Amino acid sequence: MSADVQNFHDFRKTILWGILSIGLYALLWIFEKEILTLTTHGRWLFIVPVAIAFLFSFVHGHFTAEFWDSLGIQAKK
Amino acid sequence: MESLNFIQIDLVSGLYLFVVGFVGGLVSGFIGSGGAFVLTPAMMSLGVPGIVAVASNMCHKFPKALVGALKRARYGQVDVKMGLIMGLSAEGGVLTGVHFQELIKQRFGDIGSNLYVSVAFVLVLGIVGGFVMRDTIKTYRAGIAEEEKPGRLALWVQSVRIPGTMVYFKSIDASVSILFTIPLGFATGLLAATIAVGGFIGVPAQIYVLGLNSLMASATELVIAFVMGLGGTIKFAWSGYVDIRLAMIILAGSLFGIQLGAIGTTYVKPFVIKLVMGVIMLTVMVSRALVIPVYLSQLEILAPMDPGTMSLLKSVSFLVMILALALGAGIIVTALIQGRRAARVEAARDALTVTAKPIA
Repeated sequence: MSADVQNFHDFRKTILWGILSIGLYALLWIFEKEILTLTTHGRWLFIVPVAIAFLFSFVHGHFTAEFWDSLGIQAKK
Repeated sequence: MESLNFIQIDLVSGLYLFVVGFVGGLVSGFIGSGGAFVLTPAMMSLGVPGIVAVASNMCHKFPKALVGALKRARYGQVDVKMGLIMGLSAEGGVLTGVHFQELIKQRFGDIGSNLYVSVAFVLVLGIVGGFVMRDTIKTYRAGIAEEEKPGRLALWVQSVRIPGTMVYFKSIDASVSILFTIPLGFATGLLAATIAVGGFIGVPAQIYVLGLNSLMASATELVIAFVMGLGGTIKFAWSGYVDIRLAMIILAGSLFGIQLGAIGTTYVKPFVIKLVMGVIMLTVMVSRALVIPVYLSQLEILAPMDPGTMSLLKSVSFLVMILALALGAGIIVTALIQGRRAARVEAARDALTVTAKPIA
């Protein structure tokens, strides 16, 4: 695969993870009240904020990794 | 649960938390911890109640540490076994620390509690930070910045054999008794419950007592932070104190930062990690030392202080705390830029050598 095609694939991956990440933050903003009510209920619903944190770290974590990668900021080989 | 005030988040406060999160993440990705201490006061400055600020900080910390640990594991810098053993014992330290905090609050009120936290900051950061800084300067002057070897204490710890308690750790290629790792993990948790950053004990303990190099110690600290953060989040979320909006906004910035900080570790000499840690620890120590007279005056141990002076000292203290983070971030970014430049020059030189090689 040529470098240009590889770059295009990497760029497309960054954009896709970025859209997913923005989508999650948009949902958090749109359903702010409902989510806040659910996450501050306490007791066994402690699982909700923990699950949200895991989900955001997975999606946004991928996006941020791809972001620096697409800017050419990578670890020393 | 008491009625809590969850603040309205506007664009300015959201951006403020994003930026503080980014800088905190950058520092955490590089030295394994140290970015969280400014977030609790930063949230409280927006009107977030103290306990919600602590809980939300904790809830952004564990996913951030997870992402950082996974990233640095890819560079071969993480000792998962060490992180899990120390992380679990750190949970015990956190619970004890929180209980101790509650006792102090009941006995001496909020001011007594603030004084206790500030004195703990000054003592721990002064002693450990001073030691780390002295060692960094010594390493740099001796011209041995490239390589780190375990010190005398670490070699002695590695030589002690207590049957039934020995565990092999790949980071040091040696077995160490868990009777050493458990108290160190416990102390890390105790400090985390007191000043929000257990890594100021956890990382130096792994370097000087167990004999890990700075890169491995700072990366393994992220595993400890993940275990502690997850336990702490469950505890606070059980009581409904986590403001998930605040936690996720900070996480948005801090994940950008932690990725960059982790990349930065692959370009620098190991002593730079100690340098960043020492600079942050000593600057934060100054910040907390500035407010001790305020609390002593409020407890009537010192003469009453003018309200204007009190407010001035508190503001200067907060600014110095932000300066600590900015200094650390500045050193990291400079080291990253210089490291990338040196790597490019090296790659160009290698390419030239290959091209110039005569064909046999």
